[in-house]
Amino acid sequence: MGRLSVDLCGIEIDNPVIPASGTFGFGYEFAEIYDINCLGTFSFKGTTKEPRFGNPTPRIAECASGMLNAVGLQNPGVEKVIAEELPKLKEVFHKPVMANISGFSVDDYVYTSEKLDKEEQVGWLEINISCPNVHGGGMSFGTDPEAAASVMKAVKEVTTKPVIAKLTPNVTDIVSMAKACVDAGADAISLINTMLGMRIDLKTRKPLLANTTGGLSGPAIFPVALRMVYQVAQAVDVPIIGMGGVSSAEDVLEMMMAGATAVQVGAANLVDPMACPKMIEALPEAMDRYGIETLKELQIKE
Amino acid sequence: MQDLNLTIKENIRLTDKMWKMELCHPDLEVQKPGQFINLKIDGYFLRRPISVCDATNGEVTIIYAVVGKGTTALSEMTAGQKVQALCGLGNGYDTSLSGDKPLLLGGGAGVPPMYLLAKQLRSEGKPVAVILGFNTASEIFYDEEFYKLGCRVILATADGSLGAKGFVTDVMPEDYTYVYTCGPEPMLKAVYKKAETSGQFSFEERMGCGFGACMGCSCKTITGYKRICKDGPVLRKEEILWED
Repeated sequence: MGRLSVDLCGIEIDNPVIPASGTFGFGYEFAEIYDINCLGTFSFKGTTKEPRFGNPTPRIAECASGMLNAVGLQNPGVEKVIAEELPKLKEVFHKPVMANISGFSVDDYVYTSEKLDKEEQVGWLEINISCPNVHGGGMSFGTDPEAAASVMKAVKEVTTKPVIAKLTPNVTDIVSMAKACVDAGADAISLINTMLGMRIDLKTRKPLLANTTGGLSGPAIFPVALRMVYQVAQAVDVPIIGMGGVSSAEDVLEMMMAGATAVQVGAANLVDPMACPKMIEALPEAMDRYGIETLKELQIKE
Repeated sequence: MQDLNLTIKENIRLTDKMWKMELCHPDLEVQKPGQFINLKIDGYFLRRPISVCDATNGEVTIIYAVVGKGTTALSEMTAGQKVQALCGLGNGYDTSLSGDKPLLLGGGAGVPPMYLLAKQLRSEGKPVAVILGFNTASEIFYDEEFYKLGCRVILATADGSLGAKGFVTDVMPEDYTYVYTCGPEPMLKAVYKKAETSGQFSFEERMGCGFGACMGCSCKTITGYKRICKDGPVLRKEEILWED
């Protein structure tokens, strides 16, 4: 295996760069631009039991070094994802893909996980208990350790695939959330989802987002994400996927030094569709510069 | 979609708010009328989507309104400077449906895409009537350019300071086979109500990526959910679903 390969829950991936859910669709918009098989894997658009349109527009607002989004989990629902999106995905991507799953009840998560578990190309189930832009679900499971544990436990019962808990930073104690998920059977932790934020239009004196609040992403949140990855890495023994403002090969290395096994890239894909391949290409040289022979050596904990 | 580092040939002010920028790159493919380019401006995280006003192989002209800090920074750039842009975005207008008497209606910052569209329709040998709507005489731009294409030009200003007093919908001719329009949403709605033919309408929305990945600019249509940036910005009249 190459210098860049890492082991993510028993699946060897060619490199640790993974486009994050919600910024990469089901891959084919990007496949028009480059061969997406250069990626370690990618996490596809957050999928729910029922189809969702999401929130009204405007859903996007710009900030210093980042952006807010309040898309609200727009997706065609798990049946259509399996019938229509995954066959198209398969044509352009030939590696295991990460299924990102959201829900509004434990039963929702179980239903969608059970369906996606049967899909051959799905390598991991990333359980999103951290969406800040939907009401009555999403993040509410990610802010209470017991609720998070109940989702993880229920999902683990219906799949043999590795289950990844995707956590929100909008909590007072990220470590207790991570521990609760791992104790309930989660095979890995991905963090952080977006941070709850808001902007106001000075002319109208009203929120820029129709949803009033949205999730902050981009370089603005990188230090917060890094700190949380570091804290969680000290407390749990499962792999961590670090994300939040990762925009360069150096950011990838920094996340991995903080304890991440792999990283996800979100907002950077939206401003530069080539962001991920550029990072992958830049990694070997950046590793040379810092005396890193293989990425795996960064993961040996003292 | 092309990802290019464009060179600014010219960046000039047309009116109080509107600026015109010509950009070039040897690899730039010709843009379709109704398409847009998404410009990366130093110091701003998200790109700025701007509709294409004119295009040839290797060159593109945009006309943009200075509305905030990002577009102010764009207006301060000068010839010779480079701007990174994703080009050839959006579906654009389909001229094959125009019939033999297309009517074009552009309002304010919605006028620029009408220019390349008019140019293409004229090159297809069709007579083109274009209604240009502005708030007031001092905001008028590009009327001369439409005359030069050989279009029948009808000017309307909301305050009556030049041309007919009123909105674009107040001066629609009797005889047309199809409408093409771009402008503020209230104008699009008015055209939708008044037009007796089919047509194509270009919509605006705040965008994240501009190429269909983030679902930031989705809208509901009769034929399902559409992304303004990728499945639009041009929608057929038959598929538009107005939400109040």
